[in-house]
Amino acid sequence: MRRRVLASLGLLLVVFGTFAQSPAAQPASPEAAPMQDILQEHAAIITKSSRKTIGPAIDAVAGSGLGSAQRVLEAWQAKEMWQRQSDGLFFHAQKTDTGYDLIDFDSGESVGVASKDALQQIKPNSGIRALLAVALVQFQLSDPDPTRRAEALLSLERDPTSGALAPLRTSIPGEGDPVLLANKQRLERLLTIAYGSSDEERTQAIDDMAGDLGVDVRATLNPLLVTTRKVYEGALPEGVNVALRLTPGGERLSRTEAYALLAEQNLAPAPVTADDIRTTLAAHIDGGYVGGVPLAQLSDPARRIAAYEALVDAQKAAPLLTEADITDLLAAYVFADIYAEPSTAVTEAANAALRRIETKVQLNQTLDLGLDALSLGSIYFLAAIGLAITFGVMGVINMAHGEFIMMGAYTGYVVQQVIPDHTLSIAVAIPLAFGVTFLAGVALERLVIRWLYNRPLETLLATFGVSIALQQLAKNIFGTQARPLTAPDWLGGAWVLNDVVSISYIRIAIFGLALIFLGLFLFIMKRTRLGLETRAVTQNPGMAASMGINTDRVNMLTFGLGSGIAGIAGVAIGLFAKVTSELGQDYIVQSFMTVVVGGVGNIWGTLLGAGLIGGLQKSIEWLNPSNTLAAQTYMIIFIIIFIQFRPRGIIALKGRAAGD
Amino acid sequence: MKSAKTLLASTAALATMSLAAHAADCPIKVGVLHSLSGTMAISETTLKDTVLMLIDEQNAKGGVLGCELEAAVVDPASDWPLFAEKARELLSVHEVDVIFGNWTSVSRKSVLPVIEELNGLLFYPVQYEGEESSKNVFYTGAAPNQQAIPATDYFLDELGVEKFALLGTDYVYPRTTNNILESYLQSKGIAAEDIFVNYTPFGHSDWSKIVADVVALGADGKKVGVISTINGDANIGFYKELAAAGISADDIPVVAFSVGEEELSGLDTSNLVGHLAAWNYFQSAESDANDAFVAKWKEVMGEDRVTNDPMEAHYIGFNMWVQAVEAAGTTDVDAVRSAMYGQEFPNLTGGMAKMLPNHHLAKPVLIGEILEDGQFDIISQTTEVAGDAWTDFLPESAVLTSDWEKLGCGMYNTQTETCVQIKSNY
Amino acid sequence: MNRSFFARNPSVLVFLATLGLATLVITAASEGLGLGLISTSMVKTLGKTLCLALIAVAMDLVWGYAGILSLGHFAFFGLGGYMIGMWLMYERTSQIVTQNLANAPIPPTAEEISDAIGSQIFGVVGSAEFPLIWSFADSLVIQLLLVVAVPGLLALVFGWLAFRSRVAGVYLSILTQAMTLALALYLFQNDSGLRGNNGLSGLQNIPHLDQVPQSVLSVWFLWASALALALGYVFAAWIVSGKFGSVIRGIRDNESRVRFLGYSVERYKLFIFTVTAMIAGIAGALYYPQAGIINPAELAPVASIYLAVWVAIGGRGRLYGAVIGACFVSLISTWFTGGQAPDINLGFYTFAWVDWWTILLGLSFVLVTLFAPKGIGGLFDLIATRNEETQE
Repeated sequence: MRRRVLASLGLLLVVFGTFAQSPAAQPASPEAAPMQDILQEHAAIITKSSRKTIGPAIDAVAGSGLGSAQRVLEAWQAKEMWQRQSDGLFFHAQKTDTGYDLIDFDSGESVGVASKDALQQIKPNSGIRALLAVALVQFQLSDPDPTRRAEALLSLERDPTSGALAPLRTSIPGEGDPVLLANKQRLERLLTIAYGSSDEERTQAIDDMAGDLGVDVRATLNPLLVTTRKVYEGALPEGVNVALRLTPGGERLSRTEAYALLAEQNLAPAPVTADDIRTTLAAHIDGGYVGGVPLAQLSDPARRIAAYEALVDAQKAAPLLTEADITDLLAAYVFADIYAEPSTAVTEAANAALRRIETKVQLNQTLDLGLDALSLGSIYFLAAIGLAITFGVMGVINMAHGEFIMMGAYTGYVVQQVIPDHTLSIAVAIPLAFGVTFLAGVALERLVIRWLYNRPLETLLATFGVSIALQQLAKNIFGTQARPLTAPDWLGGAWVLNDVVSISYIRIAIFGLALIFLGLFLFIMKRTRLGLETRAVTQNPGMAASMGINTDRVNMLTFGLGSGIAGIAGVAIGLFAKVTSELGQDYIVQSFMTVVVGGVGNIWGTLLGAGLIGGLQKSIEWLNPSNTLAAQTYMIIFIIIFIQFRPRGIIALKGRAAGD
Repeated sequence: MKSAKTLLASTAALATMSLAAHAADCPIKVGVLHSLSGTMAISETTLKDTVLMLIDEQNAKGGVLGCELEAAVVDPASDWPLFAEKARELLSVHEVDVIFGNWTSVSRKSVLPVIEELNGLLFYPVQYEGEESSKNVFYTGAAPNQQAIPATDYFLDELGVEKFALLGTDYVYPRTTNNILESYLQSKGIAAEDIFVNYTPFGHSDWSKIVADVVALGADGKKVGVISTINGDANIGFYKELAAAGISADDIPVVAFSVGEEELSGLDTSNLVGHLAAWNYFQSAESDANDAFVAKWKEVMGEDRVTNDPMEAHYIGFNMWVQAVEAAGTTDVDAVRSAMYGQEFPNLTGGMAKMLPNHHLAKPVLIGEILEDGQFDIISQTTEVAGDAWTDFLPESAVLTSDWEKLGCGMYNTQTETCVQIKSNY
Repeated sequence: MNRSFFARNPSVLVFLATLGLATLVITAASEGLGLGLISTSMVKTLGKTLCLALIAVAMDLVWGYAGILSLGHFAFFGLGGYMIGMWLMYERTSQIVTQNLANAPIPPTAEEISDAIGSQIFGVVGSAEFPLIWSFADSLVIQLLLVVAVPGLLALVFGWLAFRSRVAGVYLSILTQAMTLALALYLFQNDSGLRGNNGLSGLQNIPHLDQVPQSVLSVWFLWASALALALGYVFAAWIVSGKFGSVIRGIRDNESRVRFLGYSVERYKLFIFTVTAMIAGIAGALYYPQAGIINPAELAPVASIYLAVWVAIGGRGRLYGAVIGACFVSLISTWFTGGQAPDINLGFYTFAWVDWWTILLGLSFVLVTLFAPKGIGGLFDLIATRNEETQE
């Protein structure tokens, strides 16, 4: 057995070897143009460019054994193959200043420049490009260029084919690049699971990959376990790989389903539905009566049945089945889920491996959900931290807080228009956003809020006025269209722990930013003179003033600080989501809730509040993955109820400072 | 002396002109009912400008029936009840002969009863969920079978997708489209458990979990594709998260029904190259008419402006209306309506659009891949597909049909052979 | 106390006379029943404005008199609209369906009728099964009761929880805003059973009144709205002029002191909160058949804030102030955003009202709060009784 495998492997090797070497041995003569002939032979399907019909053309080129095959396939894949309209010949065209430089596939030499009007581009869609990539695998696996080899592996990963196993195995010993080597070995294992020639080989490969979390491993194992539901008369036949025997009326197969299965395969008469009854009755109306029942009574379902049964007795309709009939019918058959994979050993090994993977996957999914929740919490925290200062510490309701976030985001956008380098522009945008919103905050405090310190409800209304004015102003300046704010490339990807757990760098950056601001807040409040004065002014403005503190200045600076932080939050939010004039509206209610839930006047409370809201929302999303809107609704309802029972939030201030 | 003569002459000219005008009931008034403020302003303002541009062009050609066209523009301010109020104002105060307007389904539902009560004429230019055919509305945008079904076929046949994630914003267009697609996919042999459906709120921005869910769909070795009916701004966060997760169009292709040139200008498309959109029109379409249209638009509105599918819908709708008015010889709604059936007008993408008796157009369907510069590379173009008011892929509407020309009914039950209702269901 | 009671009575009479006169004039000038000087869409706008004035009176009661800045009253307004909208939609659809099924060869069963109505209302996005909340949609009487009961019950439960745990001031405002947001988000869901984002539409077509043209219906609704406003106003004036009024004003000015005097502050607050929610529900039930469509966007938190702003601009603590504020701001907004106001060409820049109106409106809130805390109503006071102004 083992010998035979080796022999067939060897044979494959030989075939592939000659295949790979043949181009060098047979240089194509320019007159003969064999590649052009092949292309012309398949010209119709090449220009039709549909994945369903393209197969023969690709096979012909790839299997031509010509040296130009790889060039053709690569040009084709890169949308660089053009057809000359005058004679229908295909060329590799490269854009030049004057038009398109046409290169003959057979000779590899330029045959002149043509204008775009005289040419027709062959545009393979991504399905065809994938087929081309598969065809290219055999050429590229041992290509001297490592990027080509990587490409080949990638396309093999996407579309594993049985034919690729042998060339892949041959290419492994010669692989010099350690990353690619590891990749090749992994792919070899996966291909062996799917296409290995013996059960032992395959179960061995399954065991090798058993602990692996990769989606590709599951993608290889799951197809082995695909089952179809089948019906057999009498007993199960020999030699089928049974996954599960089913009893009608049991948990996995209801009687109705089982009967439907029989009806589908014409083993039983189709069940008579209410619709069928109505149609049959309508077809047999006889002078105001159906089956002896007056028409007027037929709005009653029971009378309809009676009329129908009268028709059945008259042999004008298919009989209704009783429960006993159905039971008898079902008893005559065996229902089972059958594996498509015939080998029991393989399915057992795959089942065992998948079970082990599944537990790990679930653990990792929980971890991923935790990361998502943490990330959402940090976004809420960042949006709310400015409010924690203006509302939490100073007690000022600022409905325009959301618009300060928006101003920060637009500042980022404007900076990016001026400074195209993304890294530099973000570095400039963050302090600038702080500056802009700091000034806006100071202006708002000086012009509006300071007159209303004793009238908090009216502050709410006045700042709401500011909020809608700022929103409309943004619309007038930037339009209602979302504006791009692009993260620098080094923040572009995601941190991937494995195929289940990953989080984008931008979210990590936001998390870091949130931590920095938490530290900054604590530092300012606890360690600086401004913090001391702020706390003094908040607790007792009169006393603070009499101690020589300039309360006006302190209020102004504190409010500016809170607003400035909102501006920075705006840049961060703009980077991961969108920049529109309504950006602030999306966060304002949540931000207030975060502060209130956490406990006003305590930054740790805000932190907990943000964590709670983020965690809660993600958990509800997990429970009901198809409806994100419901998650938001229930989260808010939960918070409302929560506040009823802990009106002062998670961390309630004690003593005098807690007074209204 | 000379000046007095000129004065006299011009007075005479004025008098004759006003006389002539009176005779032909000039000017012909064209109502424009698009939001110029509020959330929908960005999309709809473009359409208002399109209609105004088309009116100017038509006037330059000498108007219609020898009359000048005059636009009556109102602003329903993205406020749905206000749409009904403004529609009534257009029809009863401004007495317009035709209205071009609306974008969202809910605004259309708001306007329908008013238009039907006052027997107005509305041209609706946006792709929509179907399941409607009003006597007084011509739907020049795509019905689901002119956008969603061909795109799904493309996924099945050309990309070999075996598992589908239907992601949408939670409102009636995505809900209906996804219901139709679910039923269609099942009829094509895709198992129910291979279809993942998710709905998110308008403007949703937290996409990490949903993207992770989509990636996890690939675990059973089937090729996954995303069909997105995500609306407006929410797309930006979605595509950013896709790019961050490193999902290329070759791994998991995304086809969008609500993302066009206009929406792409809001984000960096370099990571989205190869993802798809399905429309009846792309700016990159190659035809002389399109080149002229794009050039004219850029001349009027500025070099950095783009054209999109609903603009083409208005272009076709407006020109068909002009043809129908000229054929009918009057702007009377019922006469124009009868003259509309069978009207043909060249698409900007080549071929002929034709108005069907169910008030929908026959138009080609295009599928484009997103390019680096925010434009689309058209990789598939069908022949004209007849718009279907009632989808064939859901049992309850498969029995319905619409034919205003012969049956005089927009909701005709072919099984019982009765007209369910003459008014539309709003 | 006595003095203010008598002082207020004439103002109520003046108000009723003005309202009556306005209604008569509009009727006489309407298209449906009069000379045709005012278009039907304008009559509808005016009728809707009266409904807004009614909810503004409710808002003034709860905020201006009792000092509870509720940012949730527009949610109650919307709920009232939904309740009546359900009957309107159900009944209209049921007429269509019965008419259609009457042609069927076999008379339909009750289930078939209900299925047909369901699939007609919910289209392909829902099932033919009616959600539970539609249980009473076939009964006008019950739905009319629900117009009051549903907002009332929600206000009762919410208020009981909130006042019991002494949530007050801005916290209560934020909480009511959260409630509105939750309700709006809930209704936005397709699965809520109220047609999601599309809401309920075609509400202007009143079942069984198909023969009455809209021009006449609009006048009828104007009358109904005027009547509701008149009743609401008298009720509010009556409630604030008695001892109850004094207590709630006391709560507004110094809650602890009233509590120490032995009044159950929570009960008073709960009562006023619930009653005003019911009035809001009635206003909504009259508003939406005139608007023609109700959908969740109507319940957005921002609508409730606007409501507070109307009352502030009109002058809170005065019932007529609320009416003036609501009428003034909503009508002037309609005018400016409607594109009727001519743009001002400054040569270098065209000042479009559509673009700038919201900014001016926003800034005017700031100016009113800062410089005219008594609003437009305050101006009336200033002109009418200078003495009273100085005494306060």
